[in-house]
Amino acid sequence: MDARRESEPTPMKNRTTVERKSERELVVTRTFNGPARIVFEAWTRPELFKQWWVPKSMGMVLRSCEMDVRVGGTYRLEFEPDAMAFFGTYLEVTPHSRLVWTNDEGGEGGPVTTVTFEEKRGKTLLVMHELYSSKEALDAAGTGAADAMVETFAQLDELLLTLGASVGRS
Amino acid sequence: MVQYARTRFDASFAALSDATRRGVLEQLGRADASITDLADKFDMTLTGMKKHVGILEQAGLVTTAKVGRVRTCRLGLRRLDEEAAWIERYRQLWDARFDELDKVVEELKRKEKVDGRKKRE
Repeated sequence: MDARRESEPTPMKNRTTVERKSERELVVTRTFNGPARIVFEAWTRPELFKQWWVPKSMGMVLRSCEMDVRVGGTYRLEFEPDAMAFFGTYLEVTPHSRLVWTNDEGGEGGPVTTVTFEEKRGKTLLVMHELYSSKEALDAAGTGAADAMVETFAQLDELLLTLGASVGRS
Repeated sequence: MVQYARTRFDASFAALSDATRRGVLEQLGRADASITDLADKFDMTLTGMKKHVGILEQAGLVTTAKVGRVRTCRLGLRRLDEEAAWIERYRQLWDARFDELDKVVEELKRKEKVDGRKKRE
């Protein structure tokens, strides 16, 4: 491990892992080549969050993003073209190390997301933990998300066709 | 339909929660085997192995067929693939997001370096 420390001339792409830790829990991990305060900032400042939350491959555009990042504060993300919205409330906000929020778009009893930022030697290990109210809820989210992704990829195909000729630089 | 899918997921995850059963799947991934073979390999009674295979079979992860006196087990992978598939799609979504987040982090690091120098003056 130590041999990897500073020996990379260009930053390596870090691996994203997803694991179903239990019937009700999903855990996503990823390391970032930067200090925790920077990674944390990218999760809590709307203008930064907007730059990465909706990758081009999703074929969707984030129309608005409001975040009141403090305990009891709310967030709301709205997408184009279908006006889908994600929203919830921050339950815990510990600068540079921990964020916990609810996901209320599906009604009461939605999953609770905990993100921790752990800095080591200038890199940050991010662990995103999603706790569902029941195993049925997680199973349904899994199949739902899978279906949604298939749809999104189909949309992406179309988008790529239309955009193919007209990609310009901003 | 949704209910049916959920029930299958539950059965599969329950089946996969046991180390012996995961071992059996691994073994069957290499070659089909009889319950007797599997019991020997995992140093287990025939009854114990039958139970494990039964659970895997219910989850659709294994199929068995009786030929003469021997019950042969083989992988029934279809349902495992479905579960692996949604987790992999979910992973790809986050991977794509995090690739973008990498860029934001690089940009912020660069800015911080420049600003840091200015602020310290």
